[in-house]
Amino acid sequence: MSTAVLSPPTTVNSVRRRLVLGLAVAAAILVVLMAASLALGAEHVPFGQVWRALTVGGTDADVIVRDVRLPRTLLGVLVGSALAVAGALMQALSRNPLAEPGLLGVNAGASLGVVIAMAYFGIGALSGYIWFALIGASIATVAVYALGSAGAAGASPARLALAGAAITAALTGAISAIVLLSSTVFNGFRAWSVGTLSGRTAPVVIQVAPFIVIGVVLGLFLVSSLNALALGEDAAKGLGANVARTRLLGVVATTLLCGAATAAAGPISFVGLVVPHMVRTFTGPDHRWLLPYCLLAGPILMVAADLAGRLIARPGELPTALVTAVVGAPVFVYLIRRRRMAGL
Amino acid sequence: MTTDLQTQPPPGNRLRAHDLKLQYGERVVAENLSIDIPDHSLTMIVGPNACGKSTLLRSLARLLAPNHGSVVLDGQDISRYPSKEVARRLGLLPQTSIAPDGITVADLVARGRFPHQKFLRQWSTDDDVAVTAALERTNTADLASRFVDELSGGQRQRVWLAMALAQETPLLLLDEPTTYLDIAHQVEVLDLCAELQESGERTVVVVLHELNLAARYATHLIAMRAGQVVAQGAPKEIVTPELIESVYHLRCSIIDDPETGTPLVVPAARRSAPRVRES
Ligand SMILES: Nc1ncnc2c1ncn2[C@@H]1O[C@H](COP(=O)(O)OP(=O)(O)OP(=O)(O)O)[C@@H](O)[C@H]1O
Ligand SMILES: [Mg+2]
Repeated sequence: MSTAVLSPPTTVNSVRRRLVLGLAVAAAILVVLMAASLALGAEHVPFGQVWRALTVGGTDADVIVRDVRLPRTLLGVLVGSALAVAGALMQALSRNPLAEPGLLGVNAGASLGVVIAMAYFGIGALSGYIWFALIGASIATVAVYALGSAGAAGASPARLALAGAAITAALTGAISAIVLLSSTVFNGFRAWSVGTLSGRTAPVVIQVAPFIVIGVVLGLFLVSSLNALALGEDAAKGLGANVARTRLLGVVATTLLCGAATAAAGPISFVGLVVPHMVRTFTGPDHRWLLPYCLLAGPILMVAADLAGRLIARPGELPTALVTAVVGAPVFVYLIRRRRMAGL
Repeated sequence: MTTDLQTQPPPGNRLRAHDLKLQYGERVVAENLSIDIPDHSLTMIVGPNACGKSTLLRSLARLLAPNHGSVVLDGQDISRYPSKEVARRLGLLPQTSIAPDGITVADLVARGRFPHQKFLRQWSTDDDVAVTAALERTNTADLASRFVDELSGGQRQRVWLAMALAQETPLLLLDEPTTYLDIAHQVEVLDLCAELQESGERTVVVVLHELNLAARYATHLIAMRAGQVVAQGAPKEIVTPELIESVYHLRCSIIDDPETGTPLVVPAARRSAPRVRES
């Protein structure tokens, strides 16, 4: 793998070395954050005891670490990587720098699925939502692509974005209508829709993990084709990229990632939008580096935001989505101002 | 500089198109269009705006499926190849291309290696060699670490050409590779095309608006109008005032290029009637 091939080989190697080193640093940061997320919270546990809690257990504090903080931390890693990778994929596929899981209607579809599960199937447990969220996300995605590519002109980034906005508006209307009919659904939906990792237990993690792992692997499989597609459809086809297959697999991957992440944690904004842009300022537009970096940077932001939410409002908590928005928005504004927004 | 040996294309050329019907939606751009690209030629396609040159090139590169007829690459219908296999034999420089923001020249040129890369082997020394050679041939080696979006139009054009060269295909289709280039760089790019062709490495097809340069460099010239081939052959044999008048509706006289003896089109002056009507 290489981002730049300059005639003197030293330059190639130094660029590559910098990027590999960056990945190692990001991985180290993530490990430290995960340890902190296990140790810190309403009740601090010494780092030394964290390991003991995971392996031996016994005390009340050990139970908190293992049964509450561990699933929550792992879910933060899964959801963070899912949203960041999905954002990078969507930005590449739609050639729209503002694309994110919210834009193409995927989150709205997942939300509608959850609301229907609550209202018509009486499902209150988080672990029951996942299939509804995935089905809702898929239907919304298919609808957006069908609407966006209807007619002779075919799909274009602008048409997809417009279709996404239209479908999102329609689905949001439907969600409001259903939610307002019943106060139990209203309360359940409100608790879910703030977007948080709080209260997620091991079964939820185990349930969403396969979808997210498959989505990530699929995304990593597409990196070179996405590089070709970034040059425009004609150039990509001229280079021998299978444009239709890349689009299809990319859409399947984003649907799995967004559907699973949204089902587990509720709609979380900004991670899918901001992380790929932050990463791009370091890696450049080569997806062979961009996606692995997103895979680490997404969880870093997610776990850090969750931890901050726990520490700032002790002994209470701020919802994770609130923290990601508060952190994400200024970073995003800074990125836009610093440089013409790094595109695709 | 030019050789006009290949007036009659021999049978069984690598790239041929038979009885094409090309259309976008309901708009038919070309019908009953057959074309044969002589192997090892530098074929230039000329014709007025919107006559279908880019459309023809897109169908030859399999970007546009013909509604009728077929494009034959190495004796087999081009639609039957795996897509990367086509891209290893035939490269296309589209008329307009988009570079991702923040991409460096070296990185962009390296993307031309896509059809040669395997999933688990993203980069090889062959790739290094091809990219370096392409940068040098297009005089862009000193731009390698610059950002593409910060280059001049002409520099950018040469970088895209470098990407097409890095693809290392025996057949190379270039759609107006000299737009944005000053006269010196135009000549440089066309010299490069001639070099590629003369070295026997490649068959090069170029869409060009600059008639006099086309007539000078082409070993095989194709004149198109409204989706049809009006004339083809060695420039010396086919470029006549009648042809120019019928293709472009432009009256002109033809003189010998003082450098090469190839035909030079001199448009009729607007005020005084042209004195010479025959070449
Ligand atoms: N994507 C498209 N959809 C619909 N019509 C198109 C499309 N591309 C080209 N056309 C039409 O097809 C015809 C031929 O276009 P083409 O681009 O092949 O012309 P050209 O000979 O390359 O012209 P130029 O010299 O201006 O590049 C034109 O009438 C054009 O409007
Ligand atoms: Mg054209």
